[in-house]
Amino acid sequence: MTDERTAEETAESPDTVDLWVAGTEESQFSPTEEGAQEIARDDSGRRLDEQFGRVVDDDYVFDDEIAEDERMIINMGPQHPSTHGVLRLQLELEGEIIRRSKPIIGYLHTGMEKTAEQLNFSQGGTNVTRMDYLAPFHNELGYSLAVERLLGIEVPPRAAAMRVLLTELNRVSSHLVALATNGMDVGAISMMLYGFRERESILAFFEKTTGLRMNHNFIRPGGLAADLPVGWKDDVAAILEDIPARLAQYDDLLKDNPIWILRTRGVGVISAEEAIAYGITGPPLRAAGVKWDLRKEFPYSGIEKYEFEVPIGTQGDVYDRYRVRVDEIHESLKIVEQVMDSMPKGDYRVDDRKVTPPPRARIDESMEALIHHFKLFTEGFKVPAGETYVAVESPRGELGFYVVSDGEAKPYRMHTRGPSFANLQALPITMADSLMADTVATIASMDPVMGDVDR
Amino acid sequence: MTDLQPVLEALDGDFENVVFEDSLGQIVARVPNAEWTAFAVAAKDAGFEVCVDVTAVDWMRQRPERFEIVANLLSMQHQLRLRITTTTGREDPSVDSLCPLWPGANFAEREAFDMFGITFDGHPDLTRILMPDDWEGHPLRKDFGVGSVPVQFKKSHQVN
Repeated sequence: MTDERTAEETAESPDTVDLWVAGTEESQFSPTEEGAQEIARDDSGRRLDEQFGRVVDDDYVFDDEIAEDERMIINMGPQHPSTHGVLRLQLELEGEIIRRSKPIIGYLHTGMEKTAEQLNFSQGGTNVTRMDYLAPFHNELGYSLAVERLLGIEVPPRAAAMRVLLTELNRVSSHLVALATNGMDVGAISMMLYGFRERESILAFFEKTTGLRMNHNFIRPGGLAADLPVGWKDDVAAILEDIPARLAQYDDLLKDNPIWILRTRGVGVISAEEAIAYGITGPPLRAAGVKWDLRKEFPYSGIEKYEFEVPIGTQGDVYDRYRVRVDEIHESLKIVEQVMDSMPKGDYRVDDRKVTPPPRARIDESMEALIHHFKLFTEGFKVPAGETYVAVESPRGELGFYVVSDGEAKPYRMHTRGPSFANLQALPITMADSLMADTVATIASMDPVMGDVDR
Repeated sequence: MTDLQPVLEALDGDFENVVFEDSLGQIVARVPNAEWTAFAVAAKDAGFEVCVDVTAVDWMRQRPERFEIVANLLSMQHQLRLRITTTTGREDPSVDSLCPLWPGANFAEREAFDMFGITFDGHPDLTRILMPDDWEGHPLRKDFGVGSVPVQFKKSHQVN
């Protein structure tokens, strides 16, 4: 080509020399394409809508296939503040989208089911109460109900009512932590502080009643460890007055907050079919629209005497799970109020000297009482051979205890069906094809407690 | 059992070798190992749509078949629970997996494999779940010791 042109030009004027001057050639790029931002030439139509945020262009969703080697596998956890303990997730990412994920658990496994086989039935409570450390009373209740069914004993009405009082207050405190951590995980730091502040008032009542804020070992096979403290009604009344007002503040903070709704609506959706297939229970199941609560379906500890509703959601997303928890706090407070007003008088543990230790004063005057006391605290009580499965509705779902006895003072086998353990199975389907940024919101809304998962 | 619910009566009629028992007010079906899947399919068709839990019990020498596998089924529509159990022997303990029927059995079966060494045939990902991958043995077996840490006191060896 150059030869031809040169030939032409040479033909026109033989004296001109072919020179190349920089900057005179035609550019192949427009100056705005690289580096500089193009200014919108038209301020109408879709472009303007996009700039004003009226239309959202989901350009992060790729339609075309991405080669296998462009996927990235990253580990999230086990040391990550938003994974609620030591949950580790393997995420397979395509850009910012999670294609596959796998929860890896076991970092908090301490062999509690094996430990249970080494402890006798009255010591077992100290073991199970450390499983789900946010809902210790539910662990103790499920375990005690299972042992009592094997023993064939029924606790007095006051013990049953006290158990309902404590477990429902525990549900409130556990849901407050769930709200607090869920808020913090999507950036509502005030929610974290508020939730833990209100929980503290309930834990103070627990401390006054049981001596400990957590891990109480207060509900025991055969009843409870002690009666309610003097002035308990005033404390519970203060809680009942305080918390609804605070919940109204949380609603002001979160319920119609556009940022909160954007971060939670349509995120981490579980349908009712998926939830049932994966054995999900508790608030995630109810948020999917399934009205299933063990307190209604298989009532325990006389909870059927009290009136309460089972709140359900419609869409099964993070927002619905948040709403279900808030509504459940209101319902639990209703139960607590009814229990407080109708607390029966009487003994707080079963009058069976083979199971409950005798009162201290009796030991001084009765030989049998001394022998019973000695036998109970050295070898424990023997439980007739048999097997049973008892489930209670913990704040996280169905908490089941499968206890097998071979007639000795220690359980032959004690298995715990942890609700968080089963609910975690659904994380891969919940997070599939969702954004990386929604991971923590989804995990927080499932509210897993790793002590319950790994046991 | 005489007062079986209608749902269970149909199941009871179809399987001759399955024994229904009443265990402290709860219904237990003892299923032979070979009929485990067939019975599970029938139970799911009968309305048991949730597999709540799968676990195992190690009976050592107390029973002829060493391991007992226990699955807790739940029917939300009939408001009914059913516990199905089967047994497997000492050598190469195995049973069919319930995962194809109930995906929710996945973690529970992995836990039973991890803790007892029972193989669940047809499980999509039968790996250890709670113990480290390189752990030797299965901790919840009765012949697996509890272990102990030596006490760091003077003359502690005299205390046995």
